[in-house]
Amino acid sequence: MTTLTAAPDTPSVDNEAIARRAAAKNRRRVKAVVFHLVALAATIVVLYPAAWMVFASMKPNSDIIGNTQLLPDVWTIEHYVSALSGIGGVSFWTFFGNSMTLAVLSVVGTVLSSTVAAYAFARISFPGRNAMFAVMIGTLLLPFHVTIIPQYILFNNLGMVNTYIPLLAPKFLAAEAFFIFLMIQFIRGIPRSLDEAARIDGCGHGRTFWRIILPLMRPAIVTSSIFTFIWSWNDFLGPLLYLKSPSLYTMPIALRQYVDQTSVSDYGAQMAMAVLALLPVMIFFVIFQRFLINGVATQGIKG
Amino acid sequence: MSSPQSASASGMTVAAPAQHLQRTDAETPLKQKPQRKYSRADTRAGFAFLSPWILGFVGLTAFPMLASLYLAFTDYNLFTSPTWVGWDNFVNLFNDPRFIQSAQVTAGYVLLGTPIKLASALAVAMLLNMKQRGQGAYRSIFYAPSLIGASVSIAIVWKVMFTNDGIVDRIQQMVGINIGGWVGNPAMSLPMLILLAVWGFGAPMVIFLAGLKQIPAELYEAAECDGAGPVRKFVNITMPMLSPVLFFNLLLETIGAFQVFNSAFIISGGTGGPAGSTMFYTLYLYLRGFQDFKMGYASAMAWVLVIVVALITLILFRTSKGWVHYTGDER
Repeated sequence: MTTLTAAPDTPSVDNEAIARRAAAKNRRRVKAVVFHLVALAATIVVLYPAAWMVFASMKPNSDIIGNTQLLPDVWTIEHYVSALSGIGGVSFWTFFGNSMTLAVLSVVGTVLSSTVAAYAFARISFPGRNAMFAVMIGTLLLPFHVTIIPQYILFNNLGMVNTYIPLLAPKFLAAEAFFIFLMIQFIRGIPRSLDEAARIDGCGHGRTFWRIILPLMRPAIVTSSIFTFIWSWNDFLGPLLYLKSPSLYTMPIALRQYVDQTSVSDYGAQMAMAVLALLPVMIFFVIFQRFLINGVATQGIKG
Repeated sequence: MSSPQSASASGMTVAAPAQHLQRTDAETPLKQKPQRKYSRADTRAGFAFLSPWILGFVGLTAFPMLASLYLAFTDYNLFTSPTWVGWDNFVNLFNDPRFIQSAQVTAGYVLLGTPIKLASALAVAMLLNMKQRGQGAYRSIFYAPSLIGASVSIAIVWKVMFTNDGIVDRIQQMVGINIGGWVGNPAMSLPMLILLAVWGFGAPMVIFLAGLKQIPAELYEAAECDGAGPVRKFVNITMPMLSPVLFFNLLLETIGAFQVFNSAFIISGGTGGPAGSTMFYTLYLYLRGFQDFKMGYASAMAWVLVIVVALITLILFRTSKGWVHYTGDER
């Protein structure tokens, strides 16, 4: 908008034009400075808790409480040593591996079940499809509490408590409607002429899906996979309900156990453990932030 | 959905002879066969592709919902079979001071936390929409907390930061406020959790920002020509144009706020303390169901929540007609 005022420059009003252009340039510069000042202030506020966590994990315990300083006076890795030494006789890497196994299997399950469901909703016409689509959208708004108790009873009766099945079954059965919806939207953007060409060449739905649609869905699959991984990694209530023996614990459950067991004053080790538990999520975020933010911006996936 | 098919199937016997006669007509192709709306192959493929979802919906959502509706009217402890108690659970709920408190705590959290979170999200989105250099980097940084805000790690960080003599308390002492740590203070523990929720403003912010970018620049230019200041532009252009996005965020964040669990569980050590000030609805439901094994009672709680959330959704949709503007409708 500022460029508009400076645009018509006739030689007769040379000085005036130059002055006006300089003023516009100044205004633009002031605007940029204000923007960066405010944005930087907000960045500090937003990043402070995370930065504090990281630095606290490298401070001696006596400096974590009763101290407002962000950076450690004395740097130490002792907290990481004690965090990595495990909890209650179970190695740290067991928890890490359990979380990783669950997260990876969750991704596999979600991708398998959601892509086929999305293809059916987006590309196949069959009786009951619209009604089922409406039901699926409805499950997006349903509070999960209404199902956790009967689900627990169900898995308890099937003897599956204290296994990973209750945590993975919803993933393999496309229970997260958000991803189906995201994929449907994506498939709708793929030209139907591709399907028709495949049909003329004699492909049924199976081969059209596998050869044509699935390869083109890669961005949607990547976005869904990253979110599934992070949500599975951070999941607390599911493992809290279903995992009883420490050798099956995931990172968040182990972390909570750690906080309950260690003496109240050993904040450093708790912080170190907290950092380690978030590390994979942060790495994922740094690598895939574009996919994550596009997923949120276009589909409104919750954080 | 199946009505066209079943209608044509039942009409078949009557229509068959007539059809036979018609075959000699010149215009047979039109009414040759009752045109099926769905091909057999499509129907079969559709259900095959959808079978995981159907199985999941029936087994993990529909059946459990009915089961919990039944359990809500029973006394059930997981070990002996459920006994029917009629409306007792619901009557007891509303005479249970801890239930009332959990409803109040959750209501306070939803009513305070959601508007503050959305206002912060909108303010930062408008800042980033100034189209300055570095916008993308700021957006990524501001988004990050919403990914980890509900994690156990961050709940523990919050607990240590807000404990007695922790960093927040220290800063308070420096400016002469002596209220101690927020964790152990029943008046401050809910604000502490609301702050944690607000910290995760990034997800609605990204959605707001995407919405702001959709607003045509001509609207602002035209308003400027008419002499509108920033306030007028915000009230008369930004808000109406952004209202569908605001509605979406409001709905999602409100429903999400009802379901908060992790942070309250971790910070209070699973007790909802101090003095029940962090006894969220979901936390109380968990304690009743999985610690006291009052599964009938907890199911009744779950259904009360479903009804409340459904009512709020309905009210939001109803009132949205008054303030949500879809540009498509106006033209």
